[in-house]
Amino acid sequence: MSEAVPQAAPAEARRASRGPRRQRVPVALLVPALLGLAFLTLPLAGLLIRAPWSTMPQRLAEPEVLEALRLSVFTATAATVLCLVFGVPLAWLLARVDFRGKGLVRALVTVPLVLPPVVGGVALLLVFGRNGLVGGWLDEAFGVSLPFTTAGVVAAMAFVAMPFLVVSVEGALRGADARYEEAAATLGAGRWTVFTRVTLPLVAPGIAAGAVLSWARALGEFGATITFAGNFPGRTQTMPLAVYLALETDLEAAIVLSLILLAVSVTVLACLRDRWTAAP
Amino acid sequence: MKTAPVAAAAALLALAACGSVDDSMGDGEVDGTVTVFAAASLTESFERIGEDFEDANPGVEVEFSFAGSSSLAAQINQGAPADVFASAAPADMDTVVEAGNAEGPEVFARNQLVIAVPEGNPDGVAALADLTDPGLKVALCAEEVPCGAASQTALDAAGVELTPVTYETDVKATLAKLTLGEVDAALVYRTDVAADGVEAVEFPESAEAVNDYVLAVVGGAPNPAAAEAFAAYVRSDEALAVLTAAGFQAP
Amino acid sequence: MTRLLDARLVAERGAFGLDLPLRVGAGETVALLGPNGAGKTTALRSLAGLHALSEGHVTLAGRDLDRPGRVWVAPERRGIGVVFQDYLLFPHLTALDNVAFGPRRRGLGRARARQLAADWLARVGLAELASRRPRELSGGQAQRVALARALAVEPTLLLLDEPLAALDARTRLDTRAELHRHLERHEGAAVLVTHDPVDALVLADRLVVVEDGAVVQEGDAETVTARPRTDYVARLVGLNLYRGRAEGHSVRLDDGTVLTAADAIDGEAFAAFPPSAVALHADRPEGSPRNVWEARVAGVHRHGDNLRVQLDGPLRAASDVTPGAAAQLGLVSGMRVWAAVKAAEIRAYPA
Repeated sequence: MSEAVPQAAPAEARRASRGPRRQRVPVALLVPALLGLAFLTLPLAGLLIRAPWSTMPQRLAEPEVLEALRLSVFTATAATVLCLVFGVPLAWLLARVDFRGKGLVRALVTVPLVLPPVVGGVALLLVFGRNGLVGGWLDEAFGVSLPFTTAGVVAAMAFVAMPFLVVSVEGALRGADARYEEAAATLGAGRWTVFTRVTLPLVAPGIAAGAVLSWARALGEFGATITFAGNFPGRTQTMPLAVYLALETDLEAAIVLSLILLAVSVTVLACLRDRWTAAP
Repeated sequence: MKTAPVAAAAALLALAACGSVDDSMGDGEVDGTVTVFAAASLTESFERIGEDFEDANPGVEVEFSFAGSSSLAAQINQGAPADVFASAAPADMDTVVEAGNAEGPEVFARNQLVIAVPEGNPDGVAALADLTDPGLKVALCAEEVPCGAASQTALDAAGVELTPVTYETDVKATLAKLTLGEVDAALVYRTDVAADGVEAVEFPESAEAVNDYVLAVVGGAPNPAAAEAFAAYVRSDEALAVLTAAGFQAP
Repeated sequence: MTRLLDARLVAERGAFGLDLPLRVGAGETVALLGPNGAGKTTALRSLAGLHALSEGHVTLAGRDLDRPGRVWVAPERRGIGVVFQDYLLFPHLTALDNVAFGPRRRGLGRARARQLAADWLARVGLAELASRRPRELSGGQAQRVALARALAVEPTLLLLDEPLAALDARTRLDTRAELHRHLERHEGAAVLVTHDPVDALVLADRLVVVEDGAVVQEGDAETVTARPRTDYVARLVGLNLYRGRAEGHSVRLDDGTVLTAADAIDGEAFAAFPPSAVALHADRPEGSPRNVWEARVAGVHRHGDNLRVQLDGPLRAASDVTPGAAAQLGLVSGMRVWAAVKAAEIRAYPA
């Protein structure tokens, strides 16, 4: 079924790589690919079919909805920034520095991926809660308390999203040729300059991909948020929490909220992706 | 019983189970599996009641699915193969009855709100009004869920305006905030205050927001005979003793 | 000539060790020539500060850069420019910004660094490609940008790691000439690593032949090509090379064969002659040749316009014959022939 694509002349190949290629795809790949696509998109179709389109405009205009949306976008973005600030150096450490127990550290980094988010939220409470290891001290020394605050939402989101960033950036760093860093050193760049002027630009696509994943994960975050930060409209009630509560009383409202969340995230991700992949 | 139109999936499942249903109805004995959808707050009591029922009726196996009443109601209306539905809120049962998936629900237990505080009541909370102290962090259930609706009713009855730090998605989560020490008080059901380190403060306005637990056999139940038997057993004195021991009140 | 670089490069790397003394004068270009794995690149990295010495030293213009246990200067503070084998131009920067990278790090302002970079690009003939990214450059262009980038920091020592290896034959020819021009103009010292003898002969003032981490021969191009001292060098320069003991014009090889050479010396000696000096005959030749032996043809392949014949026998040797001569002899692998070399064609020199 499959056919080798004949070697094209360079100009032709360049043209072909831009547009869709006429190419026979093996059935053995096509069928599972389409099934996978259907599996991923049919639930979305389900939401679209059940959506109460006639009342949509009124529902969209409800202040609670906009408030939750604003809070979600703000907290997810703040969490992504937090992930970048701490995750990129952590990824660099894992990719570029040899130290004992690195395998263990790498495994620990991925803990939030496998930990049920609700458990993650409880764990955060045990550390940053009022009686927690760090939280008690923060409260006494600075009067700062994370639970039930917007900062708490950001912390919960960053906790679950950071592994995505670290894993993608570490992968990008490992894939990047470290000899560029050597070349920069011979040109007089110190380690920090090498990192900012050479390493970061080289792995920018990986960082962008990690940030996108982190943002998406943070935006959809529910379990750790409700457990660690609670649910209070305007302060800690993000879209997923609003969706969950709406499900209790009004399926249609829940569908509307979900669709808004989906539309916003898909739009943002699509725009960012185009932008980032346009750069080298 | 099977007068109401049922969802396609449930009908198919019922058809598939037809043979055994007819057999069991023929000789008047119950056997097979009875699937009970019950509100999460019933978990401990119903597991106990289920064991007792199995002891009393060898050949029957009780399977539970515990979740929020509204989720369970939605599942039943989408055709989930339930025999019995025990709801913590009459409103959720109503959606099932309105959809024609059950009839004649009966109240089998009642639950009442209390103020849950840490053991020893360190802040000296005695009434709902005490919760408005700005230095006190309070967790409530969200209004969308039954315990939240009940809390609001009680607060309205007491004329107390209360701003909690969080509106939790269910009563267990609300209590968890207290047991984790993140809040100083929480409005929860009396049955929930069984955990260590928590004590209940009763308040009179709770009478305005008594929560009825209702139960019905699901139309198109895969095992109607066993379903009827289990529903009857829940209303027995033995079952009531289990329920009251857990903090429920008799209907 | 001022001596700029004085080094003894000792490094342990896996199974083999490197121990290489190296001195380079101002304006001088030295080629480290050797087979793959000889330690050339390790030597270069040690000079650049990308690999720490285990012993020895690197002293550049009187300043110690590396003395194990005492001095270590990081690569960014060495004032050494490097042209890497595959150039390693930063893919996210334009050609201009690649060249301006070094000057910027030396504290020049953005505008001045770019001006300097533009000058350097003009000097390597790429002024009009300043705004291109590395992936939009051909191999030869990228090589020149890499050279401009390394020279733009005005290095006291310029290191070139196989600078032409990644280029195709045609580009290589042009780029080699261009590189030669820049190396001649460079006032500092330059060390070139290559396994291509032509690069070494054209670009370098002096050759240092490295095998298995040690220097096996050193000298100017003429000496090294005329008097190879190892099989590797002999192969590179295309000579048949033998070692033995000389008494006058006779050189007795280890296997007992005696060659008669043009030079008269005594003691341990090398004897060398080009393949073109080896004549092949179907029958034992009569007359003047002093060196005649019977050999077996081990293989025949094209070599330029001629055929190169590998001979087994008492003497392993290569012989170049014209296609016409080969046809006349009916050369095939395994056949026996007579080989003859005139004494005047064999050079003997002390080992």
